[in-house]
Amino acid sequence: MILYILCLILFCVGLYGVLRKRNLIKIIVGLGIIEYSMNLFFVLLGYRFHGRAPIDAQDHAILNMVDPLPQALVLTSIVIGLGVTALLIAIAVRIYEKYGTFDITKINRLKG
Amino acid sequence: MELHILLIFMIFSAIVAIEVKDLLSSVIAVGAVGFALCLAFLILKAPDLAITQLVVEILCLIILIRATINKDLPLVIEGRWVFNTVSTIAFVGVFLFFAWLALSELPRFGEPTMAVAKKYLEEGTSKTGAVNLVTAVILDFRAYDTLGEATILFTSVIGLMAILRRPGRSRRKKNDQ
Amino acid sequence: MTLIVKTITRLTVGLILLFGIYIILHGHLSPGGGFAGGVIVALSFVHLMLAFGKEVAAAKVSKNLTSNLESIGALMFLGVSLLGYLGGTFFLNVLNKGTPFKLMSAGTIILSNISIGIKVGVGLFAIFLALVVLEGAKKGK
Repeated sequence: MILYILCLILFCVGLYGVLRKRNLIKIIVGLGIIEYSMNLFFVLLGYRFHGRAPIDAQDHAILNMVDPLPQALVLTSIVIGLGVTALLIAIAVRIYEKYGTFDITKINRLKG
Repeated sequence: MELHILLIFMIFSAIVAIEVKDLLSSVIAVGAVGFALCLAFLILKAPDLAITQLVVEILCLIILIRATINKDLPLVIEGRWVFNTVSTIAFVGVFLFFAWLALSELPRFGEPTMAVAKKYLEEGTSKTGAVNLVTAVILDFRAYDTLGEATILFTSVIGLMAILRRPGRSRRKKNDQ
Repeated sequence: MTLIVKTITRLTVGLILLFGIYIILHGHLSPGGGFAGGVIVALSFVHLMLAFGKEVAAAKVSKNLTSNLESIGALMFLGVSLLGYLGGTFFLNVLNKGTPFKLMSAGTIILSNISIGIKVGVGLFAIFLALVVLEGAKKGK
């Protein structure tokens, strides 16, 4: 129970970074922290005390493995997080070339 | 016990990443959070995820440093700062209170219900022939999700090439001739 | 880059590529699979580019080749899924299951791993190539 609350405090630190910072790179860093905390929360849901990794072995030990279903979902989510971060960095690089700054209060001209 | 220490280190490193003024230092602190997450996956008996998280974290750090090098700028704090911070902290406090109420409904940590995964564990090796059960789940029992994820990666690569394209180069080459 | 970095890169880049291919091929026997192996293959090319500059890496794997290879990887994955129609449904595992713990044992899982490995590896290297080459073009303007 304490572990779940610590995981959500990590989510709140990332959320504070997204809401309250004025530098575009700090917003991207906050979004990355939110993704890490959510992946950790999913894997915490499927842990079993004194379990084994979900890979079969030669001696056919009896099934007390940890849950493989959240691990399969989180594997997809990690690679998707990389794709989203790369796209955000490309947008940030283009914004810096056009406006000369990363400050979001100065990026307010609407026409391209 | 080790998981608690690792999570407190991650929270501390995340606070450093958000608050420090130098951009390169904050990117390195996010890298520290990612590596501690890889260790946490190893403690939670998930070796597939630990390998993937480690290499994805390295690639993400390289891309982030590429974009932020030599691009610092000084920021100045201006008006209505007290009201914004107090309202954000109040919102986060309300969120955590309702999260505490909702988390009491989950099963205890360490005793999952495993209603669907029991069938995957019992019939996984005999039905698919694979020994690694996580690979059997993502490529045989739930292959649709992997198709969706391949589509997302493809779209992100195409989108990035479309954003970073410069349409004026062929015109400039024609002017040179 | 300095001489030490260039020498170490020349010695280890081939080994990193080989390790990535090993993790892709043994995805159904040990931890790893298509995604982790694909990212390691992409990291080997990025290592080459960081140590020697973008001309050397772009000469080995040009931009047209990366676009074509990535599309071929995605189409191969769709082809494996349509192969399941030979058995009756979409995505059915139709090839021979074999005995466990051997390399050629798990039906269509190994073909899926190879196609996802090609797609992820070449796609992530294309991302990095786009970030580096086009920024250099702007500075030259």
